[in-house]
Amino acid sequence: MSIDIRLSNEKLQHESTDFSAERPLHLVIPGDIITREAGYMRGHGTYMENDVLYASVAGCVEKVNKLICVKPLKSRYTGEVGDVVIGRIIEVGQKRWRVETHSKLDSVLHLSSVNLPGGELRKRSEEDERMMRNYLQEGDLISAEVQSVYADGSLSLHTRSLKYGKLGQGSLLQVPASLVRRRKNHFHNLPCGASVIIGNNGYIWICPTINEQSDKTGGFVTNYERVNSSTREVIARLMNCATALAENMVVIYDTTLLCAHEFSLKYEVKELIKPDIAKEIALLTKQKIHNNDY
Amino acid sequence: MAAWELLKDQNFRLDGRKPTELRRIETRLGVFPNADGSAYLEQGNTKVLATVYGPHEVKGGRGRSNPDKAVINCQFSKSAFSSSERKTHMKFGRNSSETNQHLVQALNAAVMSHLYARCQIDVYVEIVQSDGSDFCACLNASTLALIDAGIALKDIVTCCSATIVDEKSVVDVNYVEESSGSAVLIVGLLPKDEQIAYMQMKGRLHADHLEKLLDCAVEGCRNINNILKERIGEHLKTHSSHFTLTRPATPGRAERSRPAIA
Repeated sequence: MSIDIRLSNEKLQHESTDFSAERPLHLVIPGDIITREAGYMRGHGTYMENDVLYASVAGCVEKVNKLICVKPLKSRYTGEVGDVVIGRIIEVGQKRWRVETHSKLDSVLHLSSVNLPGGELRKRSEEDERMMRNYLQEGDLISAEVQSVYADGSLSLHTRSLKYGKLGQGSLLQVPASLVRRRKNHFHNLPCGASVIIGNNGYIWICPTINEQSDKTGGFVTNYERVNSSTREVIARLMNCATALAENMVVIYDTTLLCAHEFSLKYEVKELIKPDIAKEIALLTKQKIHNNDY
Repeated sequence: MAAWELLKDQNFRLDGRKPTELRRIETRLGVFPNADGSAYLEQGNTKVLATVYGPHEVKGGRGRSNPDKAVINCQFSKSAFSSSERKTHMKFGRNSSETNQHLVQALNAAVMSHLYARCQIDVYVEIVQSDGSDFCACLNASTLALIDAGIALKDIVTCCSATIVDEKSVVDVNYVEESSGSAVLIVGLLPKDEQIAYMQMKGRLHADHLEKLLDCAVEGCRNINNILKERIGEHLKTHSSHFTLTRPATPGRAERSRPAIA
């Protein structure tokens, strides 16, 4: 058996390209003064004291018109209506499921906001209430959309579209939610032979390619067909690519994932977990994205 | 009288420091990928790991949750190999639950807990190596871990100890000085408003010395605060490159969006 040893002084010295030179970032840490000027609105990550605006988290100042926010490097997911999320059922309650979505409080999925077999207009009876555990039980993974945000910040989800629902065979990966870029579409059938769902809450689901028509059943029919080893390898490769991107703080969306996959092809899947190689792939991706300005 | 000569000629301490000199501080943020926030801190030979989980839904009965603010839960522990003598420390002993309460009190002053209504924030601190000023290192490490977790803080709460040796106040007390028997003052400071979030006195002290000792500890806190700020800044700089990409890529927008600093 051979053991792979890395010495820290033999670490690859990558030229760290400083992208911030062109677009300087305004970085603050808690207690820093953002501005003394009046007339600004206080956003997330800031607080006002004696007409001075201070930062309350360590991160980057973002300003939209008069609204100033500070975005932390990483934090729990704060939901917005319309976000695609991936969650895990943790409790079956009365007329609702409780779902863990990596936000501050647990989210709820009401029985009235799921698609039951039989279409949109089906009445929900007591019978359905008793059958809830047959649809989704504790430990099941679902993809869903944020329907509304309650006053305390907890989320109400819905799966009233055939693209959402229970997830079958695949791999789940967790990355910081701040790395996921909001896009029009979060469901991607990648040309490399797998499908990914990039949840806004930082959960990424990678699974064998979903056929457009036949597989979108809302998750009530789970496909337990054996996944062949080439597909599994693609899934594993994508997993490692996404991990590499997350570890090196690269934004994650379909383009970066595909770029990283492309750069990773010269390595074996298992090599991608080596920190040096992961860093190289992340840097190459970052450079490509930066040059093309996607 | 202590068996050691704690202040030698020309006011050098046993470990070669001046009375107002801090020990070397090393920090690392984000050491555990699975925690929401984590930090490692070395203050001289005192080494501490802190991890933060949350804010998350209150565990262990709904009765504990607070509808207006977060419940902060601290768990202090000391590893068996941390001191010169191997000893398993009781995790739920009287000593550690007292330390837990003190940590909670100090952190409550800094965390903007009204933003995390009905939530719970768990802070786990472990002393890996102990060489005096354990509580200070724990509080400093937990602050760093909270910042790493992206939890809103009013200010960076920093903690420092001071004691009196031969009528002179010395800052950032090490183990030998701590066990010499003179009083040790521990101060947790919110440096921006000069507020004291936490204060503890071990041992007896003449009232005349208190003011001097307090000034010494507060000055130590300020110095530690400056060091921690610098370290967090460095961490931010190396980990913030994705911000340029998460923002819409209109050239020049960043310059315009940067608010004026007064």
